[in-house]
Amino acid sequence: MSDATQTENLLTETLLSRRSFVKMSAAVGGTAALAGGGVKYGLEWANRSAAAQGETTVVPTGCAHNCGGRCAIRAWVEDGRVTRIETDQRPDTFEDPQLRACMRGRSNRKRLYHPDRLKYPMKRVGERGSGEFERISWDEALDTVAEEMTRIKEEYGPESMYRNYATGGGSTMRGSINATRLMNLFGGQLNSYNNYSWAAAQWATPYSLGTQLSGSSRDDWVNSKFILAWGFNPAEMIFGTNTQHYLKEAQRAGAKIIVIDPRMTMTASAIADEWIPIRPGTDNALMDAMAYVMITEGLHDQDFLDTYTIGFDEDHMPDGIPPGNSYRSYVMGEGEDATPKTPEWAESITLIPRDRIIRLAREFAMTKPAALIQGTGMNRRAYGEQPVRGGINLAAMTGNIGINGGWASGMGLCERGISVGGFPGGENPVEAAIPVYLWTEAIVRGTEMGPEDGLVGVDRLPSNIKFVYNCGGNCLVNQHGDINKTVEILKDTSLCEFIVVHEHFMNASAKFADILLPAAMDLEQDDLATTWAWGESLISFSKAVEPLYEARTDYDICADLAERLGIGEEFTEGKTQEEWVREAVEVTEETYDDFPGYETWREEGIYVAKFDEPFVAFKDFREDPEEHPLETPSGKIEIFSEAIWDLDREGLPAVAQYVPEWEGGPWDPLYEKYPLSCMGSHYQRRSHSTFDEIPWLDEAMPQRLFMSTVDAESRGIEDGDLVRIFNDRGEVRIAVRVTPRLVPGLVDLPQGGWWEPDEDGVDIGGSVNTLTSLKTTPGAFGNAQHTALVEVEKA
Amino acid sequence: MTEQQMAFYVDLAACSGCKACQIACKDKNDLDVGIMWRRVVEYVGGDWTRSGDAWVSTVYAYSVTVSCLHCEDAPCATACPSSALVKRDDGVVLIDESRCIGCRYCEWSCPYGALQFDGDTGKMTKCDFCADYLDEGKDPACVASCPMRAMDYGPLDELRERYGDLAEVAPLPDPSISRPAVVFGPHPDSRAGASTSGRIGNLEEV
Repeated sequence: MSDATQTENLLTETLLSRRSFVKMSAAVGGTAALAGGGVKYGLEWANRSAAAQGETTVVPTGCAHNCGGRCAIRAWVEDGRVTRIETDQRPDTFEDPQLRACMRGRSNRKRLYHPDRLKYPMKRVGERGSGEFERISWDEALDTVAEEMTRIKEEYGPESMYRNYATGGGSTMRGSINATRLMNLFGGQLNSYNNYSWAAAQWATPYSLGTQLSGSSRDDWVNSKFILAWGFNPAEMIFGTNTQHYLKEAQRAGAKIIVIDPRMTMTASAIADEWIPIRPGTDNALMDAMAYVMITEGLHDQDFLDTYTIGFDEDHMPDGIPPGNSYRSYVMGEGEDATPKTPEWAESITLIPRDRIIRLAREFAMTKPAALIQGTGMNRRAYGEQPVRGGINLAAMTGNIGINGGWASGMGLCERGISVGGFPGGENPVEAAIPVYLWTEAIVRGTEMGPEDGLVGVDRLPSNIKFVYNCGGNCLVNQHGDINKTVEILKDTSLCEFIVVHEHFMNASAKFADILLPAAMDLEQDDLATTWAWGESLISFSKAVEPLYEARTDYDICADLAERLGIGEEFTEGKTQEEWVREAVEVTEETYDDFPGYETWREEGIYVAKFDEPFVAFKDFREDPEEHPLETPSGKIEIFSEAIWDLDREGLPAVAQYVPEWEGGPWDPLYEKYPLSCMGSHYQRRSHSTFDEIPWLDEAMPQRLFMSTVDAESRGIEDGDLVRIFNDRGEVRIAVRVTPRLVPGLVDLPQGGWWEPDEDGVDIGGSVNTLTSLKTTPGAFGNAQHTALVEVEKA
Repeated sequence: MTEQQMAFYVDLAACSGCKACQIACKDKNDLDVGIMWRRVVEYVGGDWTRSGDAWVSTVYAYSVTVSCLHCEDAPCATACPSSALVKRDDGVVLIDESRCIGCRYCEWSCPYGALQFDGDTGKMTKCDFCADYLDEGKDPACVASCPMRAMDYGPLDELRERYGDLAEVAPLPDPSISRPAVVFGPHPDSRAGASTSGRIGNLEEV
């Protein structure tokens, strides 16, 4: 028997066994049949390989949480058990790079088989939040939820029903969309707008550019000569599979990359040429000083500004606006504050030496094309709208908008993506909507909220929130601000009367459920996903194993609830989850000639839409602004926004500018008591709070308070010490990592650590939200969780 | 003398310290917490000084992913009293667990901490360069995992031809001790092995 024949036979056998798991063909067989290489050497090490012994099927699926990426997973399955996680095995090219899973994706086997997984439905038996539960049957659980949904809707109306923001799942059939569909079909629910990621960026970008989708495609970055990654940290927070790879490729192609960030991020140390540390929350002061240098040295692109923008100078202002309100007037000190925004002025605010500011302004203005790519951590700060529009100002002043290698700045998502359908959430008959960060406010005083709180759709709400459906997310507690205040609200069952939670683990949100339902994971169901950032790929998820224990898919759970609520047929339309997946891909099949067809895509696992050339945002506008105006009121880039002027809100100037933050620095009275700024970075070992439970990842990157060497030294704190991090909102007690990689004055408690109060209410799990505030940004009513002052001392 | 010497390449200018390689390795080899055939060391240094209101930083940092480096002069193989450590024809150092008596001499002899003791089996364990994958023509799990495309592998002479011959980098030991089969691409801030200007920043993780 030749080697080739032997391989073929092994393949056949493997395929036969595989068909019992998923319908797959020989196309994916290449890696499935494995002869143990160790035989050649007679060494026992070869037996280590699970695949060397039994028959292994390789099931194409994916990892879809909320890092912004969606990555390929190939699950090795043996005897109904996942034994290994591989990632993309296609050829790896610049045009079509592999969708490589990171350490989180590679840990999915450990999530699946984690001993702490929720195994069966439970009902609360202790006080809400006590974590005391009792096992019940699925029937009892679903009957209870259906009864409570019916009772509360009848008693308080649909506006009292709320599906909490949840992004733990990032696939098409994710829990949140299932709960939305269920509640919409059942008569509606209170809407929310915004999200926890970029409320201010989404709000602010269109005021300048007429759209949120201000980004070009990433394959255009190699055309840049200079990239200012401003708080932009794809090496840690991902922001789309391969975003860090594209950024590195830009550097390899010759772009100089500078990172501006209060932390020396992995992006700063492994991608950038230089790191410029900045005091958090002062980005606009640096932007304004860079603008000052450009104006005084004549480095700005006046032709571009005259043609494509309004509001840069007094000659290009809307009618009726008093003089002194253009950006130029503000920068030059000819506006109301009469303060020129000199590099000296910015130095004391940003902590960046004035010479460096001058050099940066010159470099950015004189190297063409250049891309100022913003991260969105800045938009989750007190005045998060300002840096978003401020970045656009600098992009406009340097004429880098609408060209290859440039970047319009702002939110930065790209309008180019793959065409694919979704699982429909249904029509919500309720008009009312609250800003998502104010849902706890709507539990306490919903009926008192109005436009001043960001309520839209109605003047007043008929009811407070009385029912919360928390499906596949940890924003009920862990990821919401000011946890101690939040749990105080949730503990009072006379306020929110019923909470149902779908979860995988007993995290902080699960503990506050009245009925807690064990949900299936990605590896246990058919699904699909595309990334929210530059979503050009479509990943097929095939069920690798049956759901463990009594876990069920979110779809099955909601379908059974729908049945009990008398809307079963409307919910499922008679379809299985896999049939919804098939339907979602129909539009993809129609759109792309090279789409291989549903069955083949399911077998191969990945389809990537191909494009002939990079997509450049605002290219049409750049080429012909008369013919292709922006969707702003003036049709131009609005450096001055009359619409914002008319809002007339504190902390929301009509031209983006530096606004000193509450809890920002020495100018805030709280600073005397709490002199350290506290942020919660995106930690590689988690996607928000997901994956926190994995021991491999805890070993790789334990939860720590990261503290600057300067601040540690002045407090007598040494690396590894147990420290107290506290403010008026709460206290965290955790070990410290002393590092020079932070600007002095800043501590970083990576967001997503699991809240775990001890008997005194001190959080020993290390959730940054024990310390964050529920205050919102003035424009979007968005979360400002990165703005918080704390003190740290040895425990 | 082996016919060729398989070796790893790491572009330190691109290694972010993300540890996808470490976890891909742990998953493939089913390693418990406490055993890390591949680890990622963060080397940090530099200071902060005040200049007026501003802070001036000379801080630098880079990451070095390191596993068994399948040394040309593998001291582990020399130290092993039961001949459990064998260098394959392609230079890959393998451990035959059936011969390992768990005396841990190899652990003491390895300058890279590559040999790690499994308390459950009483045997030593180590990176096998994904020898089974190599035999199938597949890339080692770590190399194939790298989101930054910072890793490569191949015969040492070919890697040197392509990437140079840097093997000495802080905080790794002097390569003359064991002649490790590795080539590093320098990070702009990477320091020579003897450097004491920085320190390991993530000691508890490695």
